[in-house]
Amino acid sequence: MAVDFNIMVGGEAGQGVQSVGIILAKALARQGLNVFADQDYESRVRGGHNFFRVRVSDNRVLAISEKLDVLVALNKETIELHREELKTNGVIIFDEEDTESRATEDKYFGVPLKRLAEEKAKNKLMTNTVAVGAVIGLTGYDFDCLSAVLEREFARHGEKITRDNVVAAKAGFDFAREHGGRKLRQRIRPTSKDHRKILLNGNEALALGAMVAGCKLIAGYPMTPASSIMEYMADKGREHGVVAVHVEDEIAAMNMAVGAGYTGVRAMVATSGGGFSLMVEGLALAGMTETPVVVVLGQRPGPATGLPTRTEQGELWFALHAGHGEFPRAVLALANTEEAFHCTVESFNLAEKYQTPVIVLTDHHLATSYTTIDRFDLSRVEISRGELLSDEAANSMPDYRRHLVTDSGISPRAFPGQGKALVVTDSDEHDEAGHMIEDTATRNQQHLKRLRKNNGLKGDIINPKFHQEPGAELTLIGWGSTCGAISEAADLLKKEGAAVNTLNLTQIWPFPTEFISSVLRKSSRSAVIESNATAQLAGLIKRETGLEVDYAILKFDGRPFSPGEIIGRLRKEVL
Amino acid sequence: MVTMKDYGNSIPIAWCPGCGNFAILEALKKALVNIGLEPHRVLFVSGIGQAPKLPHYTHGNVFNGLHGRSLPAATGARLANHELVVIGVDGDGGAYGEGVGHLLAAMRRNINMLYMVHNNQVYGLTKGQASPTSDLGFVTKTTPLGASQPLNPLALALASDVSFLARGFAGDIEHLVRLLTMGIEHHGFALIDILQPCVSFNRRNTFQWYRERVYKLEDEKYDPADKMAALSKAQEWGDRIPIGLIYRNERPVFEEQFPALQKISLVKQKIDPSQFEVLLDEFE
Repeated sequence: MAVDFNIMVGGEAGQGVQSVGIILAKALARQGLNVFADQDYESRVRGGHNFFRVRVSDNRVLAISEKLDVLVALNKETIELHREELKTNGVIIFDEEDTESRATEDKYFGVPLKRLAEEKAKNKLMTNTVAVGAVIGLTGYDFDCLSAVLEREFARHGEKITRDNVVAAKAGFDFAREHGGRKLRQRIRPTSKDHRKILLNGNEALALGAMVAGCKLIAGYPMTPASSIMEYMADKGREHGVVAVHVEDEIAAMNMAVGAGYTGVRAMVATSGGGFSLMVEGLALAGMTETPVVVVLGQRPGPATGLPTRTEQGELWFALHAGHGEFPRAVLALANTEEAFHCTVESFNLAEKYQTPVIVLTDHHLATSYTTIDRFDLSRVEISRGELLSDEAANSMPDYRRHLVTDSGISPRAFPGQGKALVVTDSDEHDEAGHMIEDTATRNQQHLKRLRKNNGLKGDIINPKFHQEPGAELTLIGWGSTCGAISEAADLLKKEGAAVNTLNLTQIWPFPTEFISSVLRKSSRSAVIESNATAQLAGLIKRETGLEVDYAILKFDGRPFSPGEIIGRLRKEVL
Repeated sequence: MVTMKDYGNSIPIAWCPGCGNFAILEALKKALVNIGLEPHRVLFVSGIGQAPKLPHYTHGNVFNGLHGRSLPAATGARLANHELVVIGVDGDGGAYGEGVGHLLAAMRRNINMLYMVHNNQVYGLTKGQASPTSDLGFVTKTTPLGASQPLNPLALALASDVSFLARGFAGDIEHLVRLLTMGIEHHGFALIDILQPCVSFNRRNTFQWYRERVYKLEDEKYDPADKMAALSKAQEWGDRIPIGLIYRNERPVFEEQFPALQKISLVKQKIDPSQFEVLLDEFE
């Protein structure tokens, strides 16, 4: 029987909901199963309510699911808030000695979490580890997988902490085996022991992509949901040749990355909407000075501070239009962890090929949700740095002109210090040599030269993914992290005999006009599904193709779409 | 051998006749020649204003960026290639107004570069508005009620534990050459505040006004390693204005803390995707 199993761990901030959630996800991902995990937390350090959801399946999983098989309640509030999400035969694991007893109903499974932690591991902080052990025991999964993950995760805390955690987990595991044997009907069984998959979240994949692409400098100011990108690169950069600078503000971040890009290293910034607002002047600077820079914009609900720890896709138009004046740019939107890696690599190639900024749109949901995917094949990663002068050439060109006018608009790059070539550039309008000018002829020549790079960029568009179902009349259109839920919704609809087509955009700008026009002309009805209130993609489609999208399924409460929710909304508003 | 000719340039200069910037440009070229630096080893980073146009009037690599944002760009460039000699050039508006936050951060980090601030106590390029260092009560079109209490750049720098701090005067080129030479050669962040009379918009702090007041610290018994003495000199303004090396304190520079920069500069490091296999292992 197919496995599709949902587990939620809930509690307050500080109870280690996230830590054990990740451990659970990693243990379940260890032997061939597919995992999708996400988290929901408040903008606070202690208290409140947080949860971590893990979905595990032997099929590919692209999104969360609302109905739970197991709810692990680390506090009473979790039971009250999520009881209704339980499937009819689902089980709630809770601490009957700590929470008030409800074990009368069959779905409640009381485990003395705190007592076992204190008795077995002599540490009540390990209550959450006992709970994970209980989940593994209850679902019939392999304890060795869990202990292997615990050993790895706690290794840096020393042997004793690691051993105690394994003991705590075993106590929960044994208790569940002994007392909860028949509570659950479904079991989670490993599929293959040798399948090498990796489990990581969107930001980890993005940061890895950046480092693999050869990004040597990241400058940033912490802001949810982007902070963990720089944190990861700062940590791993110590061993892998990356400089991460925690700067005074996002204005500095952007200008620093542009300074590094001008000097010849691949550089990036990662922020959210508020930080990006501060970077906008520097974005135009990159456009004017023809400096490659990659800008990661991790969206969260706005305007202003909005809902800092939640998700939205409200900055599509902002990314398209940010910056004063006219200059070429590319905007890519990441749909999943695979794209977070591959498109980030590509963004560095595009930025250097066209010597202009590239904006990578992600959002809180993708940034913080974990997925199992096939290990990235690093031998197939292509690094293409665009037109660079060799050291020899740079040294023999004392009259080098950084902004040489060419047909493609691309001027061969030298780096300052590379040789006798002097690299001069200016945020003022400048001549080919980079010195400021005010005459009309040079202005027109340079402005058009820069904009000609758009022609090349249009030839490098990453085409949207169009999945066509025979006879399907409706096309669902999405971009960014909603694409996973849209694809799963389409799968479910197909099973119900109501097949739909799906169209997912990765490249937002330059806009894939011809592709989208041809798909829309073929579909009798279309609907965008976006996490915003103004249907920004539908607006862009209208502007670029002249074609109207028929429906807009929109959501802006800061929570991600689930496949079930999409189907429900389609039934109500479209089908 | 590097000569003044190497730092010459035929680009027409857009400064007002008699501007203090000419003397500063002359002094900078002399300092670079003194040190024997070839232009292609130097990177000038500047913002927007009259002073930041300076790099265009000499010879070297130039990143002329945004108003007030030269320091982050210079920091990025220096981290990307720490073999470059990086010289920042700004006016008092960019350095002490729009970009003052970056100045504090750069001093605190101690990035190895020279930052020249042409301080004429007024906005030149935008035509005569008050600057952060304008005298109290200075009346301009944007400050008809008079400018607020001026910012004290020397005291600010000392509070940020700047590694090298000097004040020069555009009216004394040879003295300024010595300061700029020391500033370029200093290992760490060097701020040189340069008193630069504006002949168009500041009728108060003129060459004459300064000549009557400035005196050289090196002519006195003065120890630039003494921070408390430096703080006291930083407060001196009015009848007597000290110029010269105010403070020097060698401490570790920002670039040195990064393992990535310990062997060769970032820009010379190869891109090698295969080195990241070990990181993928961690996600299995």
